[in-house]
Amino acid sequence: MGATPDVDVIDALIKQRVDEIFSQKLEAKLAELKASKTPSMTIIATKGTLDWAYPPFILASTASALGWDVSIFFTFYGLQLLKKDLSDLKISPLGNPGMPMKMPFGPDWFKGINWNIPNAVQAVIPGFESFATTLMKQTISNNGVAGVEELRAACVEGGVNLIGCQMTVDLFGFTHDDFIPEVKEYCGAAHFLPMAKDADVTLFV
Amino acid sequence: MEFDKELDASGLGCPLPILKSKKSLSDMASGQVLKIVATDPGSVKDMQAFCKQTGNELLSSVEDNKTYFFFVRKK
Repeated sequence: MGATPDVDVIDALIKQRVDEIFSQKLEAKLAELKASKTPSMTIIATKGTLDWAYPPFILASTASALGWDVSIFFTFYGLQLLKKDLSDLKISPLGNPGMPMKMPFGPDWFKGINWNIPNAVQAVIPGFESFATTLMKQTISNNGVAGVEELRAACVEGGVNLIGCQMTVDLFGFTHDDFIPEVKEYCGAAHFLPMAKDADVTLFV
Repeated sequence: MEFDKELDASGLGCPLPILKSKKSLSDMASGQVLKIVATDPGSVKDMQAFCKQTGNELLSSVEDNKTYFFFVRKK
């Protein structure tokens, strides 16, 4: 009569060994997958002003330079950023207390003044937005910041997928002809959400 | 340091130094070195992250009187 192996002990040893091997393999496999996966980002662009044109185009062009797969879904006022002519984009200091109102010209002491113009005054001066937009464009240029057109072109060149929201195209009475031909897709939320689900980064701007 | 191509990104703000670096590198052969000159202080961290993400090698990153010099070897 030989000694009967204790089944419970053997089972426990097997389980312990398998768990060890599995943990090692899993870690190595996950690291391998992470290293080989191309990062991806989806952005929802909802604003149609000069200032808010920057975040989606800066992030998307930079991500494409890093080799990421990027898609931007333009919806509501964000559709303005797909128009053929971007020179109409304006900035509004009205109701925007976070926006410094400084002059982009003159001596340093003058440029340093923050013109605290009350909303009630801004609202009644005709052309105030155009005036503020001109000053902002000058400030952008003075600081070596890229123009929106340049950043959008960098996105197109970098292969960023530009997607228009069909519902808001119809809602605002636009046609596809209003937008640059690089917009290859027009779709709805059901098409965008699965893309966002699989992306590593999703941003709402 | 020896280099094969130079990019002057002086006076340009984020993200232009990175976008232009990427463009310059795409015209170069593997192993060649790109020298980049920039004045954007944010470009120091950005260039590190860019190289790490893209696999290009950041050989050197130095500052001299608010001007930044980067040497990048293409992957």
